[in-house]
Formats: sequence, C-alpha cells, structure tokens
Amino acid sequence: MQRIGVFVCHCGTNIAATVDVKAVAEALGHEPGVVISQEYQYMCSESGQDLVKNAIKENNLTGVVVCSCSPRMHENTFRKAAASVGLNPYLVEIANIREQCSWIHKDIASATDKAIILGKAAVAKVHLNAPLTAGESPVVKRALVIGGGIAGIQTALDIAEAGFEVDIVEKEPTIGGKMAQIDKTFPTLDCAACILTPKMVEASQNEKITIHSFSEVSDVKGFVGNFTVTIKKKARFVDETKCTGCGLCTEKCPMKKVPNEFNMGLDNRRAVYIPFAQAVPKVATIDPNYCMMLKNGKCGICSKVCSVGAIDYKQTDKFIEQKYGAIVVATGFNPIKLDKYDEFAYSYCPDVVTSLELERLMNAAGPNGGTLLRPSDKTHPHTIVFVQCVGSRCDDGKGKQYCSKICCMYTAKHAMLIREKYPDTEVYVFYIDVRTPGKNFDEFYRRAVEQYDVHYIKGMVGKVTPKADGKIDVQASDLISNEQLHIDADMVVLAAAIEPDKTARPLATMLTTQMDTNDFFTEAHPKLRPVESATAGIFLSGACQGPKDIPETVAQASAAAAKAIGLLCKNSITCNPCVAHSDELMCNGCSACEKVCPYGAITYQDKEFRMPNRTTAIRRVASVNPAVCQGCGACTVACPSGAMDLNGFSNSQIMAEVDAICK
Amino acid sequence: MQVNENFEPVIVAFCCNWCSYAGADLSGTNRLNYPANVKIIRVPCSCRVNPMFILRAFQKGADGVILCGCHPGDCHYTSGNYFTRRRITLLYSMLDFLGIERNRTRLEWVSAAEGAKFAAVMNQFVADVKKLGPNRRLEDLRCRKQ
Amino acid sequence: MQETIIKRAKELLADGTVNRVIGWKRGEFVYDITPAVFETAEEIDAEFVFDDFTQANVSKYLIKESRKEGKILAFLKPCDTYSFNQLVKEHRINRENVYVIGIPGGPKLDIEKIKAKGITGILDVKNENYTLKIKTLYGEETMPFYEAISGKCADCKSKKHVVYDELIGEDGDVLESNRFDMVEKLENMTAQERYDFWRGELSKCIRCNACRNVCPACTCENCVFDNPSSGVSNKAAADSFEENMFHIIRAFHVAGRCTDCGECSRVCPQNIPLHLLNRKFIKDINSLYGEYQAGADTTSKAPLNDYNTDDCEPSIVHERGVE
Repeated sequence: MQRIGVFVCHCGTNIAATVDVKAVAEALGHEPGVVISQEYQYMCSESGQDLVKNAIKENNLTGVVVCSCSPRMHENTFRKAAASVGLNPYLVEIANIREQCSWIHKDIASATDKAIILGKAAVAKVHLNAPLTAGESPVVKRALVIGGGIAGIQTALDIAEAGFEVDIVEKEPTIGGKMAQIDKTFPTLDCAACILTPKMVEASQNEKITIHSFSEVSDVKGFVGNFTVTIKKKARFVDETKCTGCGLCTEKCPMKKVPNEFNMGLDNRRAVYIPFAQAVPKVATIDPNYCMMLKNGKCGICSKVCSVGAIDYKQTDKFIEQKYGAIVVATGFNPIKLDKYDEFAYSYCPDVVTSLELERLMNAAGPNGGTLLRPSDKTHPHTIVFVQCVGSRCDDGKGKQYCSKICCMYTAKHAMLIREKYPDTEVYVFYIDVRTPGKNFDEFYRRAVEQYDVHYIKGMVGKVTPKADGKIDVQASDLISNEQLHIDADMVVLAAAIEPDKTARPLATMLTTQMDTNDFFTEAHPKLRPVESATAGIFLSGACQGPKDIPETVAQASAAAAKAIGLLCKNSITCNPCVAHSDELMCNGCSACEKVCPYGAITYQDKEFRMPNRTTAIRRVASVNPAVCQGCGACTVACPSGAMDLNGFSNSQIMAEVDAICK
Repeated sequence: MQVNENFEPVIVAFCCNWCSYAGADLSGTNRLNYPANVKIIRVPCSCRVNPMFILRAFQKGADGVILCGCHPGDCHYTSGNYFTRRRITLLYSMLDFLGIERNRTRLEWVSAAEGAKFAAVMNQFVADVKKLGPNRRLEDLRCRKQ
Repeated sequence: MQETIIKRAKELLADGTVNRVIGWKRGEFVYDITPAVFETAEEIDAEFVFDDFTQANVSKYLIKESRKEGKILAFLKPCDTYSFNQLVKEHRINRENVYVIGIPGGPKLDIEKIKAKGITGILDVKNENYTLKIKTLYGEETMPFYEAISGKCADCKSKKHVVYDELIGEDGDVLESNRFDMVEKLENMTAQERYDFWRGELSKCIRCNACRNVCPACTCENCVFDNPSSGVSNKAAADSFEENMFHIIRAFHVAGRCTDCGECSRVCPQNIPLHLLNRKFIKDINSLYGEYQAGADTTSKAPLNDYNTDDCEPSIVHERGVE
C-alpha cells in the first residue's frame, strides 16, 4: 500500500496570494494513498525541508508530492532532502503551482482548482514511480585525439601532461597539419615552423603519447568512458620501427614527377618521400600510385639503398583496436576547391594562386627556397593583387555562407611580409570588409595600411584575365570612389574560404555527433559548452568546430583537453537513471527503436528464452545501454509492441497524469 | 454554431522539458496570462509523446490537446522533434480524416525563451477550442448509433 | 496452376530442399480456404488447394515457422511478397529458413459478393471463361466472374514479386491502381460527413480481433492491447479507451509498415473498410514524405523512423481540403 505525503508551499505570497493553499492541501489529502497533506510558507527553506524529512520518517512515506515552484527550480532540492532520510530521490514528484499556476492566473477559484488538479496528477504519477538508482560505468583512462594538427597536438600534450595516455591518429604521414605549411604567423610574424616543430617533437617524445600517423579511424563503438575504436594503419610500405629517416631512398627513387602535396603541388617529390624535413615521425612513405615496384614489380631501388632493410613492399593495411575513455575530434580544415571560380582564372593561370600556395612560395623550405617568384616564369612579381572572400560570405551557392575568419589577418600578413622583403612590389587588397577583432589584430592591419602602404580597396574583383605578355589583367570595382579599375598584376592571390576536412562527416556518423549543414561539428551549447559535442565523451578541438586562427585553436584545444581530463580523472561516471529500458519478453526485435536512437544506445542480441512446454527459443531482443541513453524517449514511441519504456516518464505514469487531468 | 459562454474546456498540454516547459515557466515568471484550462504535463522531449497519450486524453474528456516542443533543429536530443513532427502530422491528419475537428489538436514549437509566445499560443488555442464546444466526436467515436 | 504448384512442392520435399510446405487447404465449404502446413507428399495430394478462393496471405505464419528446424516452402502471391519482405526487414522472419516460390496473384473471388446475389447453399464454384458456374443445393446458378472479385484484388497495387527464390508463371509489374480513390472521396467530404461515415462503420465493430490476428504487420510478441502496463489494455467493455480507440491505434501502429495487403478488410466479419485507415496513412506518407511502399525492399528506412529537416508542419492538415 502506497503511503504518499503531499506538501503544499505558499512561497510567501507568490503562490498563496492566488491559490488557496489550505484548500489544495485539504483536497489532496483525500486522494487515494495520501496519508499526510501539509502546507508551509517556504517549503524549500531549511525548516520546510525538515518538515518534509520528518514527515517521511514519521509516516514511513513511499512517495512525496511537493506542490511548489517549477521542478526546474527545486526538484533537486527535494530529491536530495528525500534521499537524506532514506527515501529514493526518484519517488519525489513536483506539481508546478507557481510558474504554471499562481503566477499566470488572477482568479483565486480557478487557480485553486487548477492547483488541485495539478496536485492530483502528481499524486497519480507518484503512485507509479519506481525507485531508480543511477548506474555507474567505468572510465578507461586513455584518450584518443583524431587529427594531428596544432589542435590535436596541443590537446594531446595537455592530456599527457595530466598523466593520461593519449593516442593521436593522423591521416597524413606526419603530424603538423596546416600549421606546418604556413610560413609566418600573425600578429607576431614569428615563423610557424619554429613554434610548431618543437611541439611536434615534444609530442613524439612524450611517453604518454602514441602517434598513429598515416592512419584513420575506421570504426567507433561504445560510449562515454568506454569507447572501442578501430584504427586503420594504412600500408606505408616502410617499417616504421626500422626506418631511421635518413632520406637516402627519397633521393635515389627514380620516380621524380610526383606532385608534392606539402608544397601544394608547386613542385615535385619522389614516389618514396618524407613530407618535410621536420616530419614526425620522420619515416619514409611509399606512394603506391606512383611507385613502379608496387605498380609493376620493376625497380626496387629504395629497398637496395636502405641500409636497415626498412622497405617492405608486401606491407598491408593493419587494423588495431583500442579502448578509450574520451575522444577529441581535431580534424581541422582545408581551403575549398576553386574550380567553380572561373572568373579568377585559377584553374588555367599558374600565377593565380591561393593564399596557402603563397605561404609555400614564400617559405624558406618551399619550392623557391623562400624567394617569392612567379610560378609561371620564376620572375620576381612587381604587382600583386589579393582578392578577399573567395567563396566566403557567399550567397550564390558556389561558396560558403559563413566568414572564414582567418583570411583578413593572413592577407594583411602576406601583404606586409611582401612589402617588407620586396619594397618595390605594389600590393593591392580587394575586400568586402576588413574584420580584425582579436588581440593586437587591428593594430596589425593598420600597420599594413599605414606603415607598409598596402593599397586596401573596398570592392569586388570581377574578372581576372591572363594576358599574352604574361601580365594579368585584374578588373575590379572600387566601391568608395565608385570607379572601375584595371590593374596590371604579376600575381593574383585568392583568399579561398576554408571548409571542414572531408573526413569529418563520416567520422561524425561513426561518433554519432551532430554537424551543421557546413559539416562543422556542433558544440553541445554554443555559449556554455563550446568544446563538448552533444554526445557525451566526445570533445571538439580546433577548426573542425568552426573557422579559427592559431591562438583560438590552441585555446580551444587546451579547453577540450581540460574537459577530457575532467572525464578521465573519474574512475566511473554516474548515469542519468531516467533512461529507456526494453521488456525482453515483449520485444519483437524489429529494430525500430535502434533506428530512431540518436545516441546509438540500443543494440540487439539473440537471447534464449524459455517457452511453453519446456522448450526454448532464440529471439532477437533490444537492450539499452543506460550509460549512453540520454532519456529522450523517441524509442518508446517507435516501438510497436510497447516493449520500450522510459524510467521516470513511463507510459503508465503519463497516462495516469492524463487521466487525473481529464477526469 | 452556438457558443456556450460558460463552457470551460479541458486542455492538456504536453511540454518538452528543455524548451516549452521552460517557456511556460518563463511566461509565469513574466506574469503573462493564459486561461487556467490549460494543464501541462512535462515530458523529456516531444518525441516521448505517444499518439496514444493524445487519444487517451480525448477519450477521458479532454476538449483539446496541444503538444509543444523545441523548434526544429534545436532539439536537446538532436532529432527528437523531427520524429515528433512526422508522427503528429500523420496522427492529426488521421483524426481529421475521421471527422474530428481540426482545432482540437495542435503542435507548436516554443523555445525556453518564448514565454510570451507560450502564453499567446495557449490563449489562442483555448479560444479556438471554446468555439468548438465540448469534444463529443472523439470521445464516443465507436458508440452505437441510437 | 494447382497441379504445377503441387508438383513442385512434392519435388522440393522429396529432394530435401525443404521439410515442410505452407499452403492452403479447404475447410467446411469449398470457398473456405485456410493456410495449412504440410509435411508429406500424401498430405499435399490429399488436401493442398490453390484456386480462385485462395486469398490468405501466409507471410505471418512464417514468423513462427521460419524459427523451426529445417526449411519451409512458401508459395507467395505478389501482394504476399511485400508482407514477407517487410517481415524480413523487421527481423521477424528468418529468411534463410524459407524457400519462396512466387506464384501468380488474383483476381480472387469474394464469397460474400456471390451470396449478395441471393445465391445460397453453395456447394461448388467453377470459373468457366470468366463465368461462374455455381452449384447449389437448389440447382445451378451463374454469374459473371468480375462481379465477384474481392475488394483487395479490385484495387491491386502490384503484380510484381519483390522477393522469391523461384517463380511459377511470369512476374508482373507494379500497377497504376486507383486504390486511393475512396480515401480521396472521404477527404473531400465535410468533417461532419466523415465523422458520420466512420461512426457508422466503426460502430459495427465487435472487437473480434480478426483484423489484428490476420494482419502481417500486427505481429508483436505481445500486443499493447493485451499488455496491462501499456496503459491501453482495458478490458472493461464500457467507457473503455481501448474500445473507442482500437482502430486508430492499430492503424497508427502499422503506419509505415503496412504493405496494403488488404487482409484486414477481407476478414472483417462486419465488413468495416479498415483498409481505408491504413491507406490514408500510406497516402499521407506518399504525398508528404515521398513515395514509400512498405515491403518493396529490406533496407530503406521506414518513414516514421526517419525525417527530413524540412518536413512539413502538422498545420498542413489545416491547409488541405474541407473541414
């Protein structure tokens, strides 16, 4: 037999002014199962809580209904009070008679009637409440960082620093990412390699960090605290453990005409290669698309020159499985492809380059050894035109609607560096707006304009046409002076929009995390939880979440690390007990629930059941992982047999509330 | 149709905990009026609302049922309200097909910030249901003709 | 056709491909055909029947049968293959344990339509060149074949077998059927007219559960209406939620899964056009979320377990048709 206590709060006059609280307590006292019904001025106060606690103890209550303010306000308070005297906290229900009754109604009679009905609904529900215990699930003390750019490196270093094992999975042969390709960084103009490569080395030497380069995540199972990830280590045809990175093979390889992706295809590499001198791990990789030995079995020179016997033409992709407690996504960005932008002549004029290509052209380790030369004829350019927002802030469907955020600053940097090194070069920048929020950013841009005499022109470039004499005609409009301009340029640099890496979307599917329409990962809350995904245990680092410059990326990387460390510090995590559960005897095994679960919390297994006449049968039944389920209840409605139900909001509980209200 | 001035409809509102229930709280905090006919049932997500709950409410004497959830795209659980939208569209269409008055059912997206919208929606809905009078059709759909 | 089917069934039993055959046998009357499982050639010779009254969809029986030892042979008409496929998709039928032979479909005959002509004491019905020769206790009667076609065959949606291991006869195509005409006609009525129509129809229901028992989508291990904790099971006959809402809930439960096989209306002893409720859902799904035929494949997502971010709002109901 249920023994229910009802506690009606006056909330000073907040409730009592429009609801006759005495009448409510009186009426609810007659409800079935109610053994005590009291009102009090401030139920949430210390003495109010004591009233509830004493009533629970003295009357041996099996359920409590508090008629008070919104459960969003004090549900936890009363649950804790109940728990402190040994009543399961989930046997407490709140009837919201303040926000949803006394505060909206003026007429005392109707407000009191409504408060009684809301109280009755809560009593009807609490009759069916079951004691719930929050489950615990252990945490594997190891983190996975997907992506080995500056975001991934920083996150991994921070997590390792806190004493946890971290694995970095990087799809390229080396970690370093986009920052490794950049020449100088704004607003300080220090060399990117000088600040990045020590971090790369630090990551490789840290005992807690394992780097899986030339690898991809191929499968993710599990949930917060207990992910099982399959990592595909792509065949590089070089034994990583033997290769010393001497580079002899990369010098002797006869296949010399392979576009060098690290230099944006502006020069060539060999079929066996190390992306750049400071690569980590410094291990050669054979490109099977070009290696003659792998393609038709003829050559084998690299194998002959390798003194340690590291070359292994028979190597195949390997899959390793590892358990992790937390996963940090740091898959970064890429400049968009510019093949839709014929007006800028990018696809057929070699002297029209993207900003990232310009980084390589200006880099001391780049194709020209750091001297800025035109790709077409290797001459020094005297007039350079920069075009901003190529594919950013674009409404025509060709590009992206968002602002890529970093272009204004790196273009100011490029302009400044060029004017510094080659004062005889005229630099024009065509922009829609110059956006420079950030510490020392606007000062930086103003220096470009004021000290370095970069010609900033507000306006759009309409057409870029290569001319017979090797010059490039840039046709543009100056919106301030309202003039049409023609500039005879030697080079044109396009600030291409940036977009998330192509690997992000399939990864999001594997991780069951959300993405926006641009394929940027969505944070759990845009303001208050910016580095967590909505899926527990998955964190976001760097430009995979949105365009970011290096300082922001590093800040977010450390923030994501802090969140991951916070998770890894725990030995176990407490789960929300209001989760779905399936009645195996009723489950059809039809998979409808699995299809609507946004968290992948439902799995199926074949189970043996006892049947009539001492027989057994194998049936496919659903089971919910309570650590993953977030309790939305989508499955409970998808389930045709009603096998799926939700703790705390069960079918019968909601029906009871409906009945109480409609009676 | 004759409108009975004294008719006080029973209205059941299912509200998602994260958006509409908070929106309802907000309209209370801002002291925005709507009729006391509306009784709210809290659910974790609009997708928790089984069509059976809505039918049950009508059969037990509700005159109108309204379901409120987070705006599409804002679901706390990513996709719950998208499932809700399909299920409820089909259910309401079926009730219409059976000849049940359209204005007895409604689905509205109300965010936690839209206290004013919550009150406005409820005022409108109660007024619409009042015009229809008591729910008789769905309550006794299967009663034998006299 | 019956001979061909029997011959093939016996062959497959003999060579051990299957150890059972699900087919049909005759009941008390010639037109009373029910599904039956045969284990020997002798049983088949004695009782197996496939004629113009053989309408029953055997897919639902395969849920239990396909979980037994050994393979079972099933003869599926085109409409049955959709039900079968849908059940495979929902992991209800163990596909490996069923050997499917696609056989030609209808049109089949509805005995009620013959009886409606005032013909009683029916002993035998023969189709001779699309004229029915009906032997009765009182002598012989005739009527045109097409006047006795069952409702579900008249609205046939497809002559195509969507799944089979082998075919007897030729495969057909998905048809342009006019199966939504009646739904449309109802949609164009006023709300009061629609209400009167349905009240009239549903009031006839005696809750015999024949529709539920025959429905190949209603295959729950334990139906919500039989499950006390579901909140809809309520056996007291008067003022009962279950009584009033049974057909709406049942139609909703099979929405997106119903293949429109028409069995519910065929078996209804009160002749309630229950299939119209299912067809309304199918029509809505097709027009609001894109053409979808349950059972046409085993991989696509069911429309109610899927969504588009730009799906229409329920207020679309207000924008359509008359109230």
